[in-house]
Amino acid sequence: MKQNGLKDHAALAEEFIKDEEHVNWHDGALWYIREKRDIASKQIPEWEQLRETASAIKSNVISNLHDYLVQFEANLKKNGVIVHWAADAEEHNQIVYSILKAKEIKQMVKSKSMLTEECQLNEYLEERGIEVVNSDLGEYIQQIDNEPPSHIVLPCIHKRKEEIGELFHEHLGTEKGLSDPTLLTRVARKHLRNVFVSRRAALTGVNFAVAETGEFVVCTNEGNADMGAHLSEVQIASMGLEKIVPQKKHLGVFLRLLARSATGQPITIYSSHYKKPRKGQEMHLILVDAGRTRQLGRPDFRDSLKCIKCGACMNTCPVYRKSGGLSYHNTISGPIGAILAPNLDMKKHADLPYASTLCGSCSNVCPVKINIHEQLYKWRQVIVKEGYAANTKALGMKAMAWTLSSPGTFTTAGKAGRWFLHNIPFVVNNKFNPWYKQREMPEGQKESFGEWYEKNEKPRP
Amino acid sequence: MNTREKILEAVLKNQPPTTPLPDISMFKGDQNNLAEQYMKVFKTIGGSAYHVDDIAAARNLIKEHFDTTKRVVTTLAEMTEMAEHLSPDIDPHSYENIELAIIRAHFGVAENGAVWLTEELMGQRIIPYICQHLAVVISEDSIVPTLHEAYEKIGAGDYGFGGFIAGPSKTADIEQALVLGAHGPLTMTVFIVR
Repeated sequence: MKQNGLKDHAALAEEFIKDEEHVNWHDGALWYIREKRDIASKQIPEWEQLRETASAIKSNVISNLHDYLVQFEANLKKNGVIVHWAADAEEHNQIVYSILKAKEIKQMVKSKSMLTEECQLNEYLEERGIEVVNSDLGEYIQQIDNEPPSHIVLPCIHKRKEEIGELFHEHLGTEKGLSDPTLLTRVARKHLRNVFVSRRAALTGVNFAVAETGEFVVCTNEGNADMGAHLSEVQIASMGLEKIVPQKKHLGVFLRLLARSATGQPITIYSSHYKKPRKGQEMHLILVDAGRTRQLGRPDFRDSLKCIKCGACMNTCPVYRKSGGLSYHNTISGPIGAILAPNLDMKKHADLPYASTLCGSCSNVCPVKINIHEQLYKWRQVIVKEGYAANTKALGMKAMAWTLSSPGTFTTAGKAGRWFLHNIPFVVNNKFNPWYKQREMPEGQKESFGEWYEKNEKPRP
Repeated sequence: MNTREKILEAVLKNQPPTTPLPDISMFKGDQNNLAEQYMKVFKTIGGSAYHVDDIAAARNLIKEHFDTTKRVVTTLAEMTEMAEHLSPDIDPHSYENIELAIIRAHFGVAENGAVWLTEELMGQRIIPYICQHLAVVISEDSIVPTLHEAYEKIGAGDYGFGGFIAGPSKTADIEQALVLGAHGPLTMTVFIVR
């Protein structure tokens, strides 16, 4: 897998924005999806009430998660599904490996699952001689390019069709220069059909898990989850603990919100309800913690577990649209990724809550009303308190606090700043000043507001 | 303590005080012009829909629009003259080369164009996904306004597998260009029988 090394979001974004034409295209492509979401949501008069209700259902889930998990597990077992529990990525991967090993299976097909990306399952299995093919077209493209997905719904949204044509030429032997999306899709369809019919094991993610019935719902547009699952002799579903919904009727609320928020579609093409294994098939479900119980214990951040992974917050985010998903160096990128990631590794992801303007657009489009921008702000405070803030930020904040805490130093600093800007602007207009990047500094004013006010204050009548 | 117990203990310790489940009974759709609404939405998601008087009319349209010299499968007794009957017992891989599948769905949903099928209507779970073209028959009076009425109708549902299907498979993963026919069917046709 291509690694981003130790660079932070700002450094990676800087690389992304070098190609201005590409950034503008990326920005526009995502905004177009945001606009489709707006049109779709406005066709439902009770949209806001649906969001409110979805959020309340998820609050109930979070506050009763223990009982729902026990109920879900009991129903799974009743339905003939084999249940596993995994504390972390390592345990999850071990479980998948042991299931495949027991059947002597060397090849598996996988549909979209951010959880298994997070667990780096493919790498784990490949090291042990098991080949995994990602079957979602976008994820397949990312896999052959040895890159993680840059968006949870649109994994290769950062790639131009010519790049994809080049990859297909290299890996699938298509004609050089072929870049027509329909033709490329047809080639992938043919190639992946052969994969589907020849794999004995299929792994899917889970969108919703119904505690009341023990069934789980998988949503796709391509039909890849079903193609893999219904042809397999072993089906594995991996899910985070938070995917529970209490009753089947609640799916009505979530499925009305999900695709409209994600892509502006009225519903995904396939919403498959898996309840029992097919005759002769083995069905496994793995319940994964991997930091979720820790997040549940953080009152300010536990609502992030309500997320239904629609990606609307990414499409609307001005920082995401202009920096690209890969610059977040985390499986889940964008605003939601920036509030989930620090829980997983605060030091490694200390930069992500700063990858935001705090404009609040993410919270406004979230179908389950997560207060994303408020959590971003709160994470910044936690990160500074825990000592993980970048040095420049910590020093800047200290200098700022010192300056603002005394009227005398504030006045002197203001005077000095204006004097420099006015008389020797190159002192601030240089590459060592991060505020100068992509910006022109203002001309220095002769006097401060305080000085102006003193001069112009009229005596009260 | 095993992983299951550890996780459940951590959940119990960290979950906040309980909040009530909201009432969702107020969510209801418009009961008028359901077939019309269904057809309108279904066309916008890339499907074809026909309003027909009876199953014979559907059969004629299928003959007209599809190549029935290729492999056609069905679960409907009315279609067996041009299609082989689906068997639930044979290896699903053997359906890899089917051109057209003609099956019935329990009902349609006007708001999103989806139909609801459970596995006994599919013949085999793989059928509506593996065929090149999918034709589905629903009766007009089965159409419900929204997913809320849909789940009311499904109820507990004694099925091993069920699914909503809303149009031909699609992808827009390459530069957001919409392509019909990703991994599943290239086309989907719904016949609404009066």
